[in-house]
Amino acid sequence: MAKSVKCCLCDQPATVHLTQIINNKMLKVDLCEACASEKGLIGAQVPPGFSFEEVLKDHELHPIDAPKSKVKCGECGLDFSDLQTNGRLGCEHCFTVFKKPLAGMIQDMHFGQKHVGKVPEQSLASINSRMKLLQLQAALSEAIETEAYEDAAKYRDQINHCKALVEIESIS
Amino acid sequence: MRLIDRIIQNERTELLNTTRATSAVVLSSRIRLARNLADSVFPARANKSQRCAIVAKCGTAIESLKGIKNPVFLAIDELNDRDRQVLRERHLISKELCEEPEGAAVVMDQRQGCSVMINEEDHLRIQFLKSGFNLKALWKKVDAFDSQLEQSLNYAFSPEYGYLTACPTNLGTGLRASVMMHLPGLVLSGHMERVVRAVNHLGITVRGLFGEGSEASGHVFQISNQQTLGESEATIINRLAQVLKTVIDQEINARFCQLEQKSLQILDQIGRSYGLLQNAYHISSDEAMNRLSFLRLAVDFNMLPDKCRVLIDRLFIACQPAHIQAAAAAQLDADMRDCKRAEIIREELQQLPKLDMNFTPN
Repeated sequence: MAKSVKCCLCDQPATVHLTQIINNKMLKVDLCEACASEKGLIGAQVPPGFSFEEVLKDHELHPIDAPKSKVKCGECGLDFSDLQTNGRLGCEHCFTVFKKPLAGMIQDMHFGQKHVGKVPEQSLASINSRMKLLQLQAALSEAIETEAYEDAAKYRDQINHCKALVEIESIS
Repeated sequence: MRLIDRIIQNERTELLNTTRATSAVVLSSRIRLARNLADSVFPARANKSQRCAIVAKCGTAIESLKGIKNPVFLAIDELNDRDRQVLRERHLISKELCEEPEGAAVVMDQRQGCSVMINEEDHLRIQFLKSGFNLKALWKKVDAFDSQLEQSLNYAFSPEYGYLTACPTNLGTGLRASVMMHLPGLVLSGHMERVVRAVNHLGITVRGLFGEGSEASGHVFQISNQQTLGESEATIINRLAQVLKTVIDQEINARFCQLEQKSLQILDQIGRSYGLLQNAYHISSDEAMNRLSFLRLAVDFNMLPDKCRVLIDRLFIACQPAHIQAAAAAQLDADMRDCKRAEIIREELQQLPKLDMNFTPN
């Protein structure tokens, strides 16, 4: 929200941001209000069958290069293409596994990137071990990805230890 | 009597507590919180047994709370299509919940001021509703309820992203505050689009009566915050409330301008609506909503007594397709629904006093 992006048709600051997914490719267009209304993209409802390619045929479109990531959440099985098509996460561990692509999405969606507001009292106590656990799980996925199996084994032991801690804290 | 019929026939619901003139522009305020349980996959990726376990766990936790009086528990897959639709028309459940009925449930209180959906997009969608413009008082209630629930359920939370939700648009506070506004003045004066554009710039969304993609029939709009991360609950609510105050002022202003400059057209519309609703034998839901909207405007102009507002608001709900079929206790096609709708409206409006043409609008 705070970024100042320029309209891709003229140099005015862009205020209209559109995203469309075609053939699993995400296309993104930033326009200023004048250009967007000239193209009929604001005001009345956007026609259901509209496509960027048609509307902006004389202009270059920049598909967002989605790295062909094979990252998969170990807990719920969500993979990167699921996230791209649905825009939904599968479980709390996904937030660590897909941290990087998420950061971009969140920046476009929200006023800030860090939570300000209510914190559940109950989980305050166990947040530290819980956070540690999430970090370790992220490190483990990365180690497996880069085939650093020795590190992976080390992380796995630490995770088991940490899980036990979390378990104890959730009982008390 | 079936539970669902009791829900429909309850005359003392929060939604119908709109006699006071403060409900003139804002019909109702609503706050919902999205919450997920720690160590459980989100509903969309959970299998049936996981979903059922969540329903059991959350259902028990909610029903034992003090904040919810005489809780009613409904398993969505045990309801027929019409009953689901009835709950949806009352804004007690969402379209998403109806679409994945297996292992989904809702717990609500008798007055329908609180409803908690289980296994919608997130494990929990806690929703509180109050008639009129009442966001701050409402937040206190939701906050207290949520804190109580948190004693028995362990929420998925991260210090960085706040409450973790399936859709990143709800991260952070997980809070969506929205108000249902009746804006005939802005629509008739052609200013509505400008208002929508202006509030969009402030991170506020305007939708039709039934949320995303729905039409604004009856000049009723749902206005809510868009962002949930990076600001505290109080900041989000205050900003929304401030913007809404401006919209209310604009609406009242627009009504007076219309009454001054296009007095004949406005009075004609109100008069026609009055006559039509009392005498029609076949009326679509859209036409009914728009005509009722003019009648509500007549109450706000003091052409009808304040107490008529409740009657009109009740008809706003009773005119919806599933409610019509529930009233007829039968499956009706669109044509038969239009007849039944007209019949219900005629009967209800028989007791309507004459329009007072020496009114002084407030």
